[in-house]
Amino acid sequence: MKKDEVPQDLGALGKITKELCYATDNNGKYVAEQSIGWDVKKSALDVAWGDIEKRIAAAKQKVLDNSASPVLFFMEYRLMDTAILAGYTGFWQWQIKRHTNPRVFNKLSPKTLQKYADAFNVSIDDLKSMTVHED
Amino acid sequence: MKIEFEHHQGAHCESGVTSNLLWQTSGGKITEPLAFGIGAGLFYVQVPFIKINNGPAIAFRNMPGFIFNRTCKSLGIPVTRKKFRSKETAARFLDDRLEEGIPVGCQVGVYYLPYFPKEYRFHFNAHNIVIFDKTGDIYTVSDPIMELPSVLTSYELERVRFAKGALAPRGHLYYPSKKVEINDQTIKKAIKSGVQKNVFNMLQIPGPFAGVKGIKTTGLKIKKWRDKLGIEKAGSYLAQMVRMQEEIGTGGGGFRYIYAAFLQQAEAYSPGNHLNDISVLFTTAGDKWRESAVHAAGIYKGRLGTQADFNAMGEYLVEISEIEKNAFQALKNIKWR
Repeated sequence: MKKDEVPQDLGALGKITKELCYATDNNGKYVAEQSIGWDVKKSALDVAWGDIEKRIAAAKQKVLDNSASPVLFFMEYRLMDTAILAGYTGFWQWQIKRHTNPRVFNKLSPKTLQKYADAFNVSIDDLKSMTVHED
Repeated sequence: MKIEFEHHQGAHCESGVTSNLLWQTSGGKITEPLAFGIGAGLFYVQVPFIKINNGPAIAFRNMPGFIFNRTCKSLGIPVTRKKFRSKETAARFLDDRLEEGIPVGCQVGVYYLPYFPKEYRFHFNAHNIVIFDKTGDIYTVSDPIMELPSVLTSYELERVRFAKGALAPRGHLYYPSKKVEINDQTIKKAIKSGVQKNVFNMLQIPGPFAGVKGIKTTGLKIKKWRDKLGIEKAGSYLAQMVRMQEEIGTGGGGFRYIYAAFLQQAEAYSPGNHLNDISVLFTTAGDKWRESAVHAAGIYKGRLGTQADFNAMGEYLVEISEIEKNAFQALKNIKWR
């Protein structure tokens, strides 16, 4: 890639920092050049977030339909899978799957709920009511 | 204690960190491209049957810590690496090193990294930074992705050092244990060793999933994605691939350019081995990676979508695989002088 072909399409990262890339100058010599973003990457990121939004919305609907517990919702909201959530809470993956059942979830002890609340970085009340705060 | 450390921005987090950590000892000679090449930074693997973030598990890089380790070893610099079970011990160990005046490399997860934009925060645990100051409760860190040093509170740092999930850092720290004089002769030897290691990783790992063969395998698979996954999911897969490929800290095109820059800089230390000429092949490969990303964007944005478009997409990777095979073959055939 030539130096003057380094894309300059403003992306989410470009608002905070320019990124460095290597490109060739007129003599074919590599130099470091800054870029504020590239459309191709930006749209790839948009697709990823679009997919995530869909998954969050689907999980929310499931909770409202009483076919899943808020654990599923927050798992999607925090982009986690059961393996990651198991890492943060210390539960086994099968326990987490069980806790996504609303009947099981409603009987969980405050101590267990607190572990989920910590992992999702919310309060227990917010956990139960699926309330999210921007952070 | 005031630590002597200069922050330099990098194109890739680990080669950037490596170069920054070695800046003092090497008198600025170990630039980022040199660290990347000596550390044998180019890699490719598609892990079969496994999914990451609901997409294909493709990696363009080696295990975290690999580049730093390899670069230091090739240069004859002893390395200390440590992981921790307890958060308290991990914090104390870090503070002690800073007290001794040693800047420390650190593997972190980006999900809770506060200075990253929200759009970039995934559960990705192989990011690298250097910690080089603590004042009160505030750590100053050098993140090679950022133009300037950033700050983290001790709580924020603990959270990212003990992020959970795949490749969990578990407090992972690393730094050169001793200051060692680096001269041009050592660098020359290290360049040879780095190139040979990278040749091995890209050409000689058995099986169809790693190295240039892996790139081809992915290319052939992509041609089937449209039928197998449906157009929407196939688009998401491609978007994921492009993110792994061209996004900060990882890389298809970006990595090839760093490697090409490495070969150019290496020529100065190791003349007569045609490294400059081979560098051009990597530039070509890098350009192709970027073209393929543009084509992929056409698909996931919905502008393209026929089977022919998917065939063309797969064909890009097959072609790249061929270019890189030739490039590494040329490196393999060098009669080092």
